[in-house]
Order: sequence, then C-alpha cells, then structure tokens
Amino acid sequence: MDFMMHSEQQNQLEPTQAPVERHSHNQWNPYVDNGGTSLIIAGKDFVLVASDARQSVGYNINTRYDPKAYELSNKTVLATSVCSADAKRLCEVLEQRAQLYYHKHERQISTQALAQQLSNTLYSRRMFPYYVFPLLGGIDAEGKGAAYSYDAIGNMERVTYKAFGSASALVQPFLDNQIGMKNQRGAEGERMLTREEALRLAIDSFTGAAERDIYTGDWLDIFIIDAAGVHKETRELKHD
Amino acid sequence: MFRNQYDNDASTWSPQGRIFQVEYASEAVKQGTAVVGLRSKDHVVLTAVKRSPNELASYMKKIIRIDDHMGIAVAGLTSDARVLSNYLRTEAMRSKMVYGRPLPIGRAVNAIGDKAQTNTQEYGRRPYGVGLLVIGFDDSGPHLYEFSPSGIVSEYYGYSIGARSQSARTNLERNFASFEDMSLKELIVQGLRSLRDTIQQGKQLDNMNTSIGFVGKDAKMTILDGEDTQEYLDLLNEGEAMDTE
Repeated sequence: MDFMMHSEQQNQLEPTQAPVERHSHNQWNPYVDNGGTSLIIAGKDFVLVASDARQSVGYNINTRYDPKAYELSNKTVLATSVCSADAKRLCEVLEQRAQLYYHKHERQISTQALAQQLSNTLYSRRMFPYYVFPLLGGIDAEGKGAAYSYDAIGNMERVTYKAFGSASALVQPFLDNQIGMKNQRGAEGERMLTREEALRLAIDSFTGAAERDIYTGDWLDIFIIDAAGVHKETRELKHD
Repeated sequence: MFRNQYDNDASTWSPQGRIFQVEYASEAVKQGTAVVGLRSKDHVVLTAVKRSPNELASYMKKIIRIDDHMGIAVAGLTSDARVLSNYLRTEAMRSKMVYGRPLPIGRAVNAIGDKAQTNTQEYGRRPYGVGLLVIGFDDSGPHLYEFSPSGIVSEYYGYSIGARSQSARTNLERNFASFEDMSLKELIVQGLRSLRDTIQQGKQLDNMNTSIGFVGKDAKMTILDGEDTQEYLDLLNEGEAMDTE
C-alpha cells in the first residue's frame, strides 16, 4: 500500500477474518510413542538381538508383554522401537517381501538382501514414515554376525553394536565403553565378544536401563542367531 | 469338432450351446503330462509326471507351492500356470495381512475360477490354457479342487488331469473308499500307483520324472523332487513285488 496517501489508507476496508483458534495441544498426531528399548550386538559368528516388552503411552502401561523383536526367517531378527503399530506393520510387510523372494528364488533371502529391502521399504514411505528405528540382525554370507541399524527413513549402517529406543541414551554409551572400548585409557580397538559376554552385557544394559527409564522394563526377549538358527530366551525385568 | 464357423472367439456360442474356444483350451490341458491328486482325512497329496523337452533341458516344474498350507499341480501351458500361481500367492499373503488367517482353499479356487471366467466372456481375450489341481489344508480340513480353463471349479476326493489321465481316474474310482484312513505314506504311494497308469508304454516312474507334493494337518506344503522321491518309488515297487508273490 506504499503508493497510497495516508488519508486514503484510512478509508480502505480490510477484509475481515474470523479469528482462528489454535489449540496447539489438540492437534491430531498420527504417531504414538510406545516407549521401550532395543539393542543389537554382532559377534564373530553370531548376533544377539534384545528388546524389552513393555508397551506404554505417556505415563500409562498398555501391556507388560508386547514383544518388539520379530523373527523374520530362521536366520534374521528385526528389533523395533518407538511406534508399536508402525513396527508391526513394517514387520508384516518385510515378511511378505521375504516370502516373495522365496517364491522367486526358491531359497531363503540372505541377510544382506533383506537389509537392503528394509532400507528401501523405509524410504518408500519418505513422506509419511514408519516411525520405527529398526535394528536387523542375521548371519552374513561369510558366516559372520551382521548387525544393521536404520533411522526411520531408511538410512542403513552396518554396525558392531547399537541401542535404540527410550533408554538409548543410557545403553548406547555403556556399549560404547564396554564393546567399543571408548574413553578408556590404554584400550586398543573394539572387543570381539563371546556369546556369554554379549548376553551378560545385554542383560546388564537392560537391568540398568529399567532402573532409570520408566518406559523400559517388565520382560526382556533375547535372540541369539547363529548358523544353527535362532535361539530365544525371555527374562524378567522389574515390573515397576 | 474342429474348423467350424463358431470357434473364432470366446464370445460366440455355437447353435448347440458350446463355446468352442473354451473347449479348445481344455485340449491344451490334455496335452500336458498327467497329475494326480487325492485326499485322506488329514492329508492331501499330489503326484506328477515331469516332462523334459529334450535331454539337454531340465524337467519342467509341475507342482508349485502357494503358501505353507496350499499348493497346485499344473497341466497345460506353464506360462499361464505361472501367472495364476503368482496371483494365488499374492492373494494368500493378502489374506494373512487383511484377515490374519491363511487363505481358505475354496475361496482361492473361486477367485481364480472367476478370473478364468472373464476370459471366456470378454471379446478379444483368450481362455487360460492350463488346468490345475489345487490342494490345501484349512480350518475345514484337507481339500482337493480341480480348476479348468472354463472357470469351472470342482472339489474331489481324488482326481487326475492331463495326458492319459482317464486311466488314473479309473484307478482312483476303484480305490477311493480306502483313502480316508490312509497314512500320509500310504496316500503318497497310492498317488504314485494311480499316476503310473498314465505313463507311456516302455517308460516308467523314476526319481527324475516324478514329483510329489503334500500338505496336511501336521505337514506344511512340501514338494519332493529327485532323490527325495526315491523312498516312495521304492515303496511302490516293493508293493508290486509283494503282489506278484
């Protein structure tokens, strides 16, 4: 309105608008954070995947046993975190992909192929993501343990160990220190763990996390995958 | 039957009420090697003769797995069979995702029956040139169905399609009353026995040209080829030796 004189401006009628109510706390959010933590550790010839089983919303517990880690085949396990509904659907979709692969190639999908499939599946939903930070564990073509971690839109990284979920800030530094040998004087390189050592670390990570993180607890599912197959055990965690 | 004025397309009836294109498609099924299906109260079995186009080629696949609880045997155009089996596979997976339970067999065969029927009524399309024996185990027990290019679907205790299948059907008709209580092993051997009647003179069933498939109450859909069939072929031959003694 620069070209108008001040007197003219006063006569201009501004279009009236109904006042817009913005309740920032009432906006529908398609995502729900169900809490919980998952971790993965790759060994020389095995992978350990562990997830707690508590499902929460806010300060409430929905259920004490809702497993977050799924066996996708007889040699891979997928651990999930954050949104439980998205995690379940993602798992179903991935199982279908593995089935289609089996039909076409008449053999089980390899860990590496499934890992790439997962990345593509996540990215295919770039504009309305699966709110899941998956961890995929399996044995690679050379018989070594393979652990992959992803973000919600499919960034894939092969790792030796990783923790995701509500207590990741508690568990990840613990693993960095104990497996990655970080921040320790005189330590050289990563530790290659045995099954028993990895199991011990996983259990200790979760008992510690359950103490301080309200969303982690109840039950712990631990999967150990090696050439012989998938071995699952379930342990109790604090129910408080 | 051949070369008349009512057989150019699938949307023309003959004055006798026949659609010749559909009948010609059934001829394609009769060109394929025989497959036999039969069921007991807990299991369903398929047996098939595999053909090899020449010595250099591999034997073609006659039995295809659809899902853990379902499989098909094929007689006729294998390319049409592939398309139908891919469709059944995706339907089976969709059923699990949408309804959380394995696809009931009856629903599966009616789905492909409907698909086949559209090819018998629309102008410019050709009927499928393949017949299937569909086996499966669902909530209502074991099932064996025949699917034909006309889209007609029928359920059977025992049946056979393909070249010289009438001999197998006769054998099945004579014996079907005893299928109900047979064990899985006995059922497979019976399937092979019926299948043997369809072999050409001078040839016989061996582990190269025989395929076995089965599914049941405590058995996921399993397909046996090559050496894995030898055990059952031996049982079949032993049975013969006992009969002649």
